[in-house]
Amino acid sequence: MSPMQAPSPQPTSDIKMREQIFPMQMAEEKKPAAGEQSKISATNLNFHYGSFKALHEISMQVYEKRVTAFIGPSGCGKSTFLRTLNRMYETIRTARVEGEILLDGEDIFKLEVSALRRRVGMVFQRPNPFPKSIFDNIAYGPRINGSVGGSGIKDHVEQSLRRAALWDEVKDKLHESAYGLSGGQQQRLCIARALAVNPEVLLLDEPCSALDPIATAKIEDLIFQLKDSCTIVIVTHNMQQAARVADYTGFFLMGRLIEFDNTTVIFKNPAKKETEDYITGRFG
Amino acid sequence: MSATAPTAFEARPSGRASAFWQRLRSGDDIAYVITLTCALTILALAALLVFELYTNSTLPREKFGWSFLTGTTWDPVVGQFGALPFIYGTVVTSALALLIGIPLGVGAAIFLAELAPTKVSNGLTFLIELLAAVPSVIFGLLGIFVLVPALVALEPAIRAVLGWTPLFSGPFYGVSMFSAGVVLTVMIIPFIISISREVILAVPTEQREGALALGATKWETTWNVVLPFAKKGIMGSIFLALARSLGETMAVTMVIGNEPKIHESLFAPGYSIAAVIANNFAEASDALEKGALIELGLVLFGLTILINGLARVLVLSTTKKGAR
Amino acid sequence: MLSLRRKTVNAVMLSLTGVCTFLAVGTLLFVLGYLFFHGGTSLTLDFFTKLPTPVGEPGGGMANALLGSAKLLLLASCIGIPIGFLGGVYLAEFGGSSFSFVVRYTTDLLNGVPSIVIGIFAYTLIVLPQGHFSTLSGGLALGVMMIPIAIRSSEDFLKAVPVSMREGAMALGASKAKTIFTVVIPAAKAGLITGIMLNIARVAGETAPLIFTAFGNRYWSPGWEQPTAALPVMIYTYAISPYADWKQQAWSAGFVLLMLVLVINVSARMILSKRGHVAR
Repeated sequence: MSPMQAPSPQPTSDIKMREQIFPMQMAEEKKPAAGEQSKISATNLNFHYGSFKALHEISMQVYEKRVTAFIGPSGCGKSTFLRTLNRMYETIRTARVEGEILLDGEDIFKLEVSALRRRVGMVFQRPNPFPKSIFDNIAYGPRINGSVGGSGIKDHVEQSLRRAALWDEVKDKLHESAYGLSGGQQQRLCIARALAVNPEVLLLDEPCSALDPIATAKIEDLIFQLKDSCTIVIVTHNMQQAARVADYTGFFLMGRLIEFDNTTVIFKNPAKKETEDYITGRFG
Repeated sequence: MSATAPTAFEARPSGRASAFWQRLRSGDDIAYVITLTCALTILALAALLVFELYTNSTLPREKFGWSFLTGTTWDPVVGQFGALPFIYGTVVTSALALLIGIPLGVGAAIFLAELAPTKVSNGLTFLIELLAAVPSVIFGLLGIFVLVPALVALEPAIRAVLGWTPLFSGPFYGVSMFSAGVVLTVMIIPFIISISREVILAVPTEQREGALALGATKWETTWNVVLPFAKKGIMGSIFLALARSLGETMAVTMVIGNEPKIHESLFAPGYSIAAVIANNFAEASDALEKGALIELGLVLFGLTILINGLARVLVLSTTKKGAR
Repeated sequence: MLSLRRKTVNAVMLSLTGVCTFLAVGTLLFVLGYLFFHGGTSLTLDFFTKLPTPVGEPGGGMANALLGSAKLLLLASCIGIPIGFLGGVYLAEFGGSSFSFVVRYTTDLLNGVPSIVIGIFAYTLIVLPQGHFSTLSGGLALGVMMIPIAIRSSEDFLKAVPVSMREGAMALGASKAKTIFTVVIPAAKAGLITGIMLNIARVAGETAPLIFTAFGNRYWSPGWEQPTAALPVMIYTYAISPYADWKQQAWSAGFVLLMLVLVINVSARMILSKRGHVAR
C-alpha cells in the first residue's frame, strides 16, 4: 500500500510546537501525484547486507524536477536507499537487492551501470575531489565519456561551475589543485563535477553535514536553482534543511519508509505517529 | 541565475547483446583478466621453483636419500655428498648472529621506542634502516678487510674471556665461523630493530602508565610490562632476521673460510649452504655434483620457508609490517 | 622510596640501550665513512670508462660491469615491474578474500627465498637448456626477485587511496577499470614510483644469483645471450683476488654501488615524506 495519503484536515495540538521548530518558510503545499511526472519509481525494494536486512519493502516515487528529501534517525536506511538508486551499493560484495527500480520507466538493473550513473549522479557526505586541478576534476566526467570534444571542454567546465555557483570564486585558479579550496567550495566543486555529465537526477547524500552554516546555506540556494533542470534527491539528518528545500519528504525508520508526502504535510500534519514523534524530537 | 537546460545523453537500449559489448568496452573484464593473470604468475612461479628444485636434484636424492642431510663428506671427486657440514655452519653462524643480535637489536629498539624523542627516534631509525639496504657484498668487503683483521687483533682478549670453552679453542686465522657470525649480526640487526621498535611503539600507553603508577622504574616497566606485551612481534622479528641470515650468501662466503668440515670451535673455518653453492656451482661439471648443489638449494629453500612462515604468523598478529 | 639497587639497575640498563643504538647507528656511519675513504677517494675516471685489464695487470676499470648491471636491471625491471604492479592492482582492486590471501602468502614466501636459490631457479630454466651463461638468465633471476617486492608495495600504496575517491569516480559513470587507471593510480603515483626505485636499488646489489647465471665477462657483452659482468660480482671477484690493485678497485666499485643504493633509498624516502606517508 502506498504510504502517500491525502493530508488530514484536522490540526493536531502539536502544530504550534511544529511551527515554532520550523519558523522558516516552507515549500508551497502541492497536491501529490496529479500533474507530477514520476522520474524514479521504486517498488517493493528489499536490501540485504549479507544476512542483515537493511531495507524492507520500500515503494515510492521521485518526481521529476522536484526536490525529494529522505529524513530519519541514524541507521534508518535512508542513505542505503539513496545508494540503490544509482547502484552504488554494488561496490560492496555482500549487498543484495530485491525489487524493482525504474528510471523513466526503464529497469535500472538492466541498464549498463556506467550509463545509469551518468544519468543519476551523486554527491557524497564528505567532499571527495580528485588530486587533480579544479579544471581536471570537472572535466573528468565528460572526458571519460568522450562526450564533449576538445575545445568544448572549456565551455562545458565553465557552464558546470556556473551551475554550481562556483565559477566566480575559481575562474582565476582553474589549474590549481582542488585541495586548495575550502570545504564548502570543495563540495560545490563536487556538485559541479557531478553536473558536468548532465545528469537527469542528482542524489545528494548529506551534502552539508561536513560544512559550516554559511557553506550550507550556499548549497541550499544552489539546490533551489538546480531543480529547474535536474531532479534532486537529498538525504539529510537535519529536519530544518528538509523543510527548507524539499518539495517532498520521505521519513525512514529501521529500514522502512514510514511516510512519504508533501513536505508541508509531513511537517505540519503527519499521518503516522512515528513521523510525528521524530519531527517533534521525541527520538532520533 | 539558472543555467540553460542541459542536453541529456542518450540512455543506451538495454538489450543483452549491447550490454555485453558495453561491458567489454568499459574495460573492466579485460583489466580483471590481465591483473588476475599477473597474480596467478606468482603462484605459477612459486610452483615452478619448487618443481625445478625437486626435479633437478633427483640424482642425489635417489642416490643418498635422507643420508644426504647427515653425511659429513663432501667430495666431488669421489662422488660423495653429505650436507651436514654446511647445515652445521649455516645454523651455527645464524645462531651466533642471533645471540649477539637479539640483545643489541632489542636494546636499541627499546631506546628508540621508549627513550628517544620522536624526531630523534625517526631519524635514527631511518639511518638504521639504511643499513638494511646495504648490499651483502659490501658487508663482505668490509668483512674481509676490516672485521677479520680487527678480530685477529682482538683475539687475545676474546680468548682471555671465553677461551675456556671449546667454542673458542684452537688456532684462529681470521676467517672463521665466528667472523661470519659477527658479519651476519650486523646484517640482521636493522630488521630486529625496525620491527621490534614498531611493535614496542604499538604497546598501549595505558600499560606503561599502569606500571609507572605502581612505582616501577622506567626500566622495570619496559622489562616487565612492555616487552612481554610486545613479545610476539619481537619473536616475529627474530624469526625474520633468522630467515635472512640463513640465506645470506656473499658476506658469509667471504669471511667464513670455506672449509667443508665440522669444527667445534667458532674460531675454526666452516662453510654454509649458501656459500658452498655460490663457490662451486659455476664450476660443477658432473650432473651429480650439480644435482647435489641444487638439493642443497632445496634444503635451504625449505628451511627459509619454514622460518618465514613462523615469522609471518607472529608478526602479522601484531603489526602490519611484513618481511622485506 | 626507591632502592639504590633499583635506581642503579634502571640507569645502567637504559644507558645500555643507548649504547646499543649508538653501535647500530655507528655501524652505518662507519660503513659509509670507510667506503668513502677507501673507495671514494681513489675513484678515477678510468673506473667508469675502461675495461678490466688482463689478470694481474694493474689499471683498467669496470665500464663493462657498469653497463652489464644496467642491462641486467633493465631486463629485470621489464619483467618484474609490470607483472608485480599489475598483480598488486589485482590484490588491491579486484581480489576476493581467500584467493588474495593465497597470493599474498605466496608473495611473501617468494620474498623470503634466498637470492641464491632464485639464481638456481634461473639456472635451471635458462642456462641449463641453453648450455651457456647469459645476460638473459641473470635478468630473469633479478626480475623474479623484483616481482614479490613490486606486488606488495603496489598493493599497499593503491590501498592507501581512500575509497571515497573511487566512489566519486564511479558515481560519475566511470567503470572500475577506468577508475583504477584514471584516478586511483595517479593518486598513488608517488608511492608507486618510490616503490619501483627501492625495488631497483634492492636488486642492484644482488650478487649471488648472478654468479652462475650472468657469470661474468672481462669484455663487453653485446646482446642478451652472452655472459656479462655486473658491478656486485666484480666487487666479489676482485675482493677475493690476490692482487692489491684489484682489491683497491673493489673498494672503488663498492663505493659506487653503495652510493647508488643509498642515493635511491634516501630520495625515495624524501619523495614519500613530502607526500605525508612513509614507505615500509
